[in-house]
Amino acid sequence: MSTPKNPKRKKMVSDILINGSLFLLVALWIIPTIGLLVSSFRTRFDIQTSGWWAVFPHREWVKVKEFAIPENVDPNGVMEIDGVTGTFQEFRDGVSTPDGRKVTWVGNKRLGKIQIQEHRWVMRTDFTLDNYQQVLAGKSFELKNPDGSTRIVQGDNFVGAFLNSLTVSIPATVIPILIAAFAAYGFAWMRFPGRRILFIMVVALLVVPLQIALVPILQDYVKLDLNGTFLALWLAHTGFGLPLATYLLFNYISGLPRDILESAFIDGASHFTIFTKLILPLSVPALASFAIFQFLWVWNDYLVALVFIGSKPDVQVLTMRLAEMVGSRGNDWHLLTAGAFVSMVLPLAVFFGLQRYFVRGLLAGSVKG
Amino acid sequence: MQKNNSGKRPTRVLDWLATTFGRVVVSLVVPVVTLGILIVGFRWLRDTIPDNNVQKALISLVAIIWGVGGAAMLYMLSNWLIEKLSPQWVRRLQPFVFVGPAIAILGWYLALPTVRTFWISLHNRDGSEFVGLQNYVAVFTQRIMLEAFRNNLLWIVFGATLSVTFGLLVAVLADRSRFETLAKSLVFMPMAISMVGAGVIWNFIYEVKDAASPQIGLLNAIWVGLGHEPQAWTALLQPWNNLFLIVIVIWLQTGFAMVIFSAAIKGIPQELIEAARVDGATEIQVFFKIMLPYIRGSVITVATTIIIFTLKIFDVVIVMTGGQFGTHVIATQFYRQAFTNQNKGYAAAIAIVLLIAVIPVMVYNLKQFREEEAF
Repeated sequence: MSTPKNPKRKKMVSDILINGSLFLLVALWIIPTIGLLVSSFRTRFDIQTSGWWAVFPHREWVKVKEFAIPENVDPNGVMEIDGVTGTFQEFRDGVSTPDGRKVTWVGNKRLGKIQIQEHRWVMRTDFTLDNYQQVLAGKSFELKNPDGSTRIVQGDNFVGAFLNSLTVSIPATVIPILIAAFAAYGFAWMRFPGRRILFIMVVALLVVPLQIALVPILQDYVKLDLNGTFLALWLAHTGFGLPLATYLLFNYISGLPRDILESAFIDGASHFTIFTKLILPLSVPALASFAIFQFLWVWNDYLVALVFIGSKPDVQVLTMRLAEMVGSRGNDWHLLTAGAFVSMVLPLAVFFGLQRYFVRGLLAGSVKG
Repeated sequence: MQKNNSGKRPTRVLDWLATTFGRVVVSLVVPVVTLGILIVGFRWLRDTIPDNNVQKALISLVAIIWGVGGAAMLYMLSNWLIEKLSPQWVRRLQPFVFVGPAIAILGWYLALPTVRTFWISLHNRDGSEFVGLQNYVAVFTQRIMLEAFRNNLLWIVFGATLSVTFGLLVAVLADRSRFETLAKSLVFMPMAISMVGAGVIWNFIYEVKDAASPQIGLLNAIWVGLGHEPQAWTALLQPWNNLFLIVIVIWLQTGFAMVIFSAAIKGIPQELIEAARVDGATEIQVFFKIMLPYIRGSVITVATTIIIFTLKIFDVVIVMTGGQFGTHVIATQFYRQAFTNQNKGYAAAIAIVLLIAVIPVMVYNLKQFREEEAF
């Protein structure tokens, strides 16, 4: 009787074990991002005085009453306040009353106040959009303080940086793919002297880390007065992305069925027509997979932008602006978290929207070595 | 007849002249106009400074169209010029329209710089004096560089091993769970986050406050909750503070490892695993004796890819510590020497050493990739 039951129970136990450990791992993986996201909506005061997890229900000592220090007590001796006794130091830490409250001396000996606190369930959910406003704005603007007064703050102009990132990333994604697709077609379907050698060279360049190129290319850019322009970054990202793009697209395009091309040739189509009308549409899956990778890579790049844009604030991309903020105001967590989230929002949208292509590209080897 | 002929001949010659002349003119005018438009566009984009973000958005749009359209136009233009020639020349020259731009850009951005960087590395800081291998001697003897090499080794060992381990773990668990898609997509998500962004996220986790104030960093809150003193995780306990930076890359790369492993595990014939289970193999044995050997190739691919990634690690270190507290790595030293210290020769030598370190791993990676025939 018990034998048929046992495997069922065993299966249930292993199910719980598997899903439980999986849940734990996943939680470990997303908690950092959640902490960032939650914090970006909290007020500066809240962030500085409590961890972001305080937005969840938790027990905290909450002030229920506050009054001035009674005149008859001697702060240097043992005092009796509100029915409990203790020294100054003990009151500073809080003295518990029999009914579960706490009497706390806030401030120094002479100018302090007495607070009666209760242990209550609370949630710190004082959310705000001010952080985003301040991070995004390009100009200075007025911000309301909690007490109703206003102050002028200078925006960090993440909108401008966002536009720059977009202006860098879109052409720096499309151009290398266009060039790589042409080259891949050339290597796969055209006959010309030096074809093999040139292709081997392209693949061999996969090993070159981009650090190799930074110093000489910067010299060229300075000579050509290209430094700090979008074109400089597009070309650099094109150069650094091309070996992998060409290699992957070659693998795909050379694998397309031969007879499609041959029948097109017989119909008198030129290579250019075949490429634009036939090969490009057929290669959309491979192009899309690589495009996502290149886009994320360029959007998230810091080093190339740092070297070729340098200190030009007009052209700074998001990663540079964010890194700069880490350096200059590393403790303003309300701004850092909001800024970081602004820099992440587009790649995350691309990632979740096009995950299928992303995974396909990954399996095809679209990872920059 | 004669009249007719004589009347026709000049016309023909004229026609011929006109068409040839016309063709030449058109062949000249069109490229000149195209290039002119592109150059004017470039100048305008470079020199226009927007007053506000609306103008900036418009300029961005123009820049994107200029860039993408310009690249497409150059291809169309060169192909249009080539196709004006005789078929024989078309056949000879067209391949170079296709592969030429790629070769030119690769030559400029990767092939030549390798030679040029090597040349620079044999010279002193501003390139005025030939110093032979002196920079390389310095790279391999100076304490800061040795520290960077040690740190990169830590990155490779811990980064690659733990990413692979966690990737395998998640892949195997998810494969047997109902929540596979969701779990995988959440673990995978950090791959979309920049290393600068990840640096901010983890800096916040490692944030330290003095013992009297509430800890707002998650790690210190837990640590203090367990009754310890708050710690500055990325600054103390050298060299182990590097591990707190390495965690970030593990967090970023586990998703990548998981996706590759997950696909590989799904490729294992189900009968093989079933047969082993019927024979009484435990799950652990199934994993180590059947799954792991079967997906060995993927493990190598992932490990080598992450090793190359960690060899070139830069952003994380710059954002987290700036290389302080004994956390410099090869790439940050390169940056510091090249752009802060302006010691080009020394920086070039570091870059060449990095290249040499990457080559064997990359070759192995490519070989493995070809064997897998992933595409």
